[in-house]
Amino acid sequence: MAERSFKKEVEQLRMGAGGTFRGEGILAVTKALLENGVGYVGGYQGSPISHLMDVFSDAQDLLAEYGVHFENSASEATAAAMLAASVNYPIRGAVAFKSTVGTNVASDALANLASGGVTGGALVILGEDYGEGSSIMQERSHAFAMKSQMWLLDPRPNLPSIVAAVGHGFRLSEASNTPVMMQMRIKSCHVHGHFTAGDNQRPPMAVSEALQNPKRDLSRIVLPPAVFLHENEKVDRRWPNAVNYVLENDVNEFFGNPASKIGLIVQGGTYNGVIRALNRLGLSDIYGETDIHILCLNAVYPLCDSQILDFCDGKDAVLLVEEGQPNFIEQAIGHMLYQNGRTTVLAGKGVLPMAGEYTGKRLVEGIAAFLREHAPGLLPPATAKTNEPAHSDISDLSTVVPARPPGFCTGCPERPIFAATKLVQQQLGEHHIASDIGCHLFSIMPPFDIGSTTMGYGLGPASASALQNRDKDGKRSISFVGDGGFWHNGLTSSIGNASFNKHDGLIVIVDNHYAAATGGQDILSSRATNKSRKTNNPIAKAVEGMGVKWVRQIDRTYDVTKMRDTMIEALTSKEEGPKVIVASSECMLNRQRREKPALAKATKEGRRTVRPRFGVDEDICTGDHACMRLSGCPSLSVKDTGDPLRDDPVAAIDQSCVGCGNCGEVADAAVLCPSFYQAEIVSNPTASEKRRASRTARIIGWLQGRRDARRLTFA
Amino acid sequence: MTMHAPVIARRSPGPQGEKIITLAALAVGGQGGGVLTNWIIDVAEANGYHAQSTSVAGVAQRTGATVYYVEMCKDTGRTPVFALSPSEGDVDIMIAAELMEAGRAVMRGFVTPGRTTLIASTHRIAAVSEKVVPGDGRADGRAVIEAMGLAADQVIAFDMETLATRAGSVISASLFGALAGSGALPFPRDSYETVIARSGKGVEASLRAFGLAYDCAKGTAPVPAAEGVKARIRTLNVPMGLRNDWQALEVRLDRLPAQAQEIAALGLKKVVDYQDIAYGAQYLDMIERAARLDAAPFALTQAAAKYAANALCYDDILRVADLKTRASRQQRVRDEVRVKDDQVLRLTEYFHPRFEEFTTTLPAWFGAWLQGSSRAEAFYARHLDKGRRIRTDSLAGFGLLWVVSALRPWRRSLLRHRSEMAHVAQWFDSAMDIAATDRTLAAEVLANRRLIKGYSDTHARGLSKFDRVMSALPMLRGRPDAADWMRRIRTAALADEKGLALDGALKTVRSFAA
Repeated sequence: MAERSFKKEVEQLRMGAGGTFRGEGILAVTKALLENGVGYVGGYQGSPISHLMDVFSDAQDLLAEYGVHFENSASEATAAAMLAASVNYPIRGAVAFKSTVGTNVASDALANLASGGVTGGALVILGEDYGEGSSIMQERSHAFAMKSQMWLLDPRPNLPSIVAAVGHGFRLSEASNTPVMMQMRIKSCHVHGHFTAGDNQRPPMAVSEALQNPKRDLSRIVLPPAVFLHENEKVDRRWPNAVNYVLENDVNEFFGNPASKIGLIVQGGTYNGVIRALNRLGLSDIYGETDIHILCLNAVYPLCDSQILDFCDGKDAVLLVEEGQPNFIEQAIGHMLYQNGRTTVLAGKGVLPMAGEYTGKRLVEGIAAFLREHAPGLLPPATAKTNEPAHSDISDLSTVVPARPPGFCTGCPERPIFAATKLVQQQLGEHHIASDIGCHLFSIMPPFDIGSTTMGYGLGPASASALQNRDKDGKRSISFVGDGGFWHNGLTSSIGNASFNKHDGLIVIVDNHYAAATGGQDILSSRATNKSRKTNNPIAKAVEGMGVKWVRQIDRTYDVTKMRDTMIEALTSKEEGPKVIVASSECMLNRQRREKPALAKATKEGRRTVRPRFGVDEDICTGDHACMRLSGCPSLSVKDTGDPLRDDPVAAIDQSCVGCGNCGEVADAAVLCPSFYQAEIVSNPTASEKRRASRTARIIGWLQGRRDARRLTFA
Repeated sequence: MTMHAPVIARRSPGPQGEKIITLAALAVGGQGGGVLTNWIIDVAEANGYHAQSTSVAGVAQRTGATVYYVEMCKDTGRTPVFALSPSEGDVDIMIAAELMEAGRAVMRGFVTPGRTTLIASTHRIAAVSEKVVPGDGRADGRAVIEAMGLAADQVIAFDMETLATRAGSVISASLFGALAGSGALPFPRDSYETVIARSGKGVEASLRAFGLAYDCAKGTAPVPAAEGVKARIRTLNVPMGLRNDWQALEVRLDRLPAQAQEIAALGLKKVVDYQDIAYGAQYLDMIERAARLDAAPFALTQAAAKYAANALCYDDILRVADLKTRASRQQRVRDEVRVKDDQVLRLTEYFHPRFEEFTTTLPAWFGAWLQGSSRAEAFYARHLDKGRRIRTDSLAGFGLLWVVSALRPWRRSLLRHRSEMAHVAQWFDSAMDIAATDRTLAAEVLANRRLIKGYSDTHARGLSKFDRVMSALPMLRGRPDAADWMRRIRTAALADEKGLALDGALKTVRSFAA
């Protein structure tokens, strides 16, 4: 079960023509797919397009009604390979994943798909994780479009434009026999808006029909000599067809006054930011009415030479707003202008920064710089210089405000794994530790500071493969991989590889029962029963199947002492080959989401329930914060005692504590201090439990009263 | 890039004067920024506005800082082009759900003079970097509050978390109330309340929190006060037989310099509570000794009163057992974890006494003998060195701690007491010795006691830091800036666990002392 339920949104997916659909950009895409008669959908979750997968998961009944096949692909490569169904059959298919990391994984299948070409529309929806809020390396999907020759749409970030782009994507794909990628930037995935719905369409051909009537065409298979034919086809037929489609269907849009002597060419995704910048410079109203001529490229690849040359005609200078680097579009347009002997000045990177997100400030400054040089008369004098009071009297807060990177949630079962790792290193010395992608990568941050590299999803142990100690008694590498990464490709790339090559490192598989970082989607080893998916496949069995002999399953990661001791055993064991620890405890976010309402309900119904939580005795805590250096839990923090005799704040646990046990276990394993206590609040206790409690309380009370009477007491 | 003065341009309105209003919210993950954003969108739409929201929170962003962004504009039948993220110098309303997030908003240029209404909750959620410091690593909130006042056009700042908790709700509701009360949006109060009422979950509590914050923002109700310092401890009970002895101590207390009486009173009570009245007399001996060497403003006496109390009340198993078996402690736990009368509380204490704790809790001769025995240590490590979970809600568990705490009268004969007293004497004597020539330095030496805290390894690490800090003493004595340096070295020792900053500070001292 995913973290967020979309049952309500799913109802909106049934909406017919004329209705107003409200929701996030990513929901608009799902509706648009149905309106365009999609036949099958797949993909791999990942910010910012996880919700698309979650919505489809929650909408499986609806999809079945329309005969649409949906699956949670094992990886982006699987998702891309799935589009093979559109090679021979006139079925529209769509897959979604995050880019560029997902595109990297998918690129083998995508290159094959793009070589042979498609019959049914094939749409790849890319959640472009670039700029502020991104969690990955900063690269461009544009490069993939160019190298494999797939078309790339980058619609304006409003819901109607996004919905229109989905339709264009399918038709463009079919018109040019080429898979199409549609880019959704982080903020347009999460933008809330509305659009006028159309009717959903059943796919003209369902996947079942294709199976009943299989087709093959040797010329579509990616093998010589067909591959040479494909390459020619790409330039001779598919490219011109695509350009014609883009031109004939006005995929790209013009705004402003064509007579303007200067122009802006913008990627669709940057349009809103550009208009805001123009508005702030007094050159556009809030609805985008402007005297400056704008060509908005909703299709950024392929570029239509004639359209761009016509646009530049009669203009002194054109500014290209192209986010990300290298500046592929600028290079292409510069080349176009030069080859056609045009003298229009092309500006782009230079007035705008080469790298990084084009924020509001950067766009205002960049466009202003362009105008100052090429159309100084346009800039109202007031905006040509600073018109705000200087901030200089405000002190520099960068030394005051602490960084707040994301970290493990309250009660996270991965925290004790890294607390144990820290203790292992205290005992055995520092080790080379390879990290992977997933929540567990938060280990690289304080307070754990664990992990040296991250090389890709499921590749943690693989990235330690060169680090094999020739000294059998020397230090071994430690590597981490999550259950998500494990099933994504880690089973073969990491575990299989280590087993085959007799690598002797320690591999810790962090199993929280879900693909948790992406929103808690089920995977093969999830413990929940899922009516449409096969779950409950133990990781340890798969690892053993790969030939690993030393496998330890730990079913309660909160047992820090056991975690630590098992890791030490792995790092000192004489056994050859990889040592694999499967550290399993359920993601606390998902567990609480399930258990909290159930507990509240049971308590309300009068059943006996137990709610655990931890606390700190503030007069026993000495304020050294060693516990926090092994925790970082949001619910464990510092507070003032109000006691003038004490200098340092003490530890305190707030109401958000879920009683996971890490505090007590760490205090025990690291021999910290006795200030922690675990409180279990029993609601609706049994009669005998109540009797016992009150009897004990009476005796304890008598003892306490007796002592207090004999000594000085203070409050 | 051509260098010009930064352009911080203003948005221009639409043809009918309709303006885009920009609103950003900075929150810590898990604070309910998403709920707040949805409410803001709903209230805008209910008032005939176009509204758009975005967030940069990826699903993976769990506990970090997150930004939500809303733009809205009066609906005149056309759809405005809304931007998708806040831009420096272009935010009309900035909501910060925590004090340092408000600071971050200022730092990032989202708070502009003459434009931005800043609505900030002044409570703190410490970042990990603040929590892991062995001393007090918390950021200085005053700098942020000062900057907020300079950077914003209008500031609505108070502890909205406390208000929300009082109302049984969460901070999104009080932030929403503060937004409504600020008047920064042209919407009537009841339209906000309707939105909350329609949201369906915890409506009553949300409305309470909304109302409290609304009144504070309007200025019609006082903002929640910060928690004060408890400067006084009341004496609850003095048994008949101890009355005279206690009064004698109180008389001695009254004769101390007035400036040091308050803190010495606290110290005295702490020490007597820890051991007995005789221990209190021993404490006052120390303070009087310091007072004799001191002069106004009696900073040395104050330091002695504070740190001698802490030094005498070292943390041992007896102390822990005593504190954990007190009635007042049980009541505090019940309040803290909120146990109702019809519920039963089970309480588990986490102990892990090592060989050191075990032997030092024995009579000095026996403990010392055992410590010298490697066989005893090995036996302990094999059979006894493990975590103990003790249920203090059961008679057996409570009884065990009770028995340990009942050893108090014999504490003076235990091995731990012997070593602690030797350490205290050495430390205090050296401070008194210095006091003859440099009282400020002596006070700093006393304050070095702050370094010794914790149990087990933590305690050992504290001791070693104390020793290293004290090792600078011979190099510093006689210098006019000795006290300053001593304080600097101590501050460095509290900055990180491993003592890297301390190493640096000591190196500096060595360089100029050489």
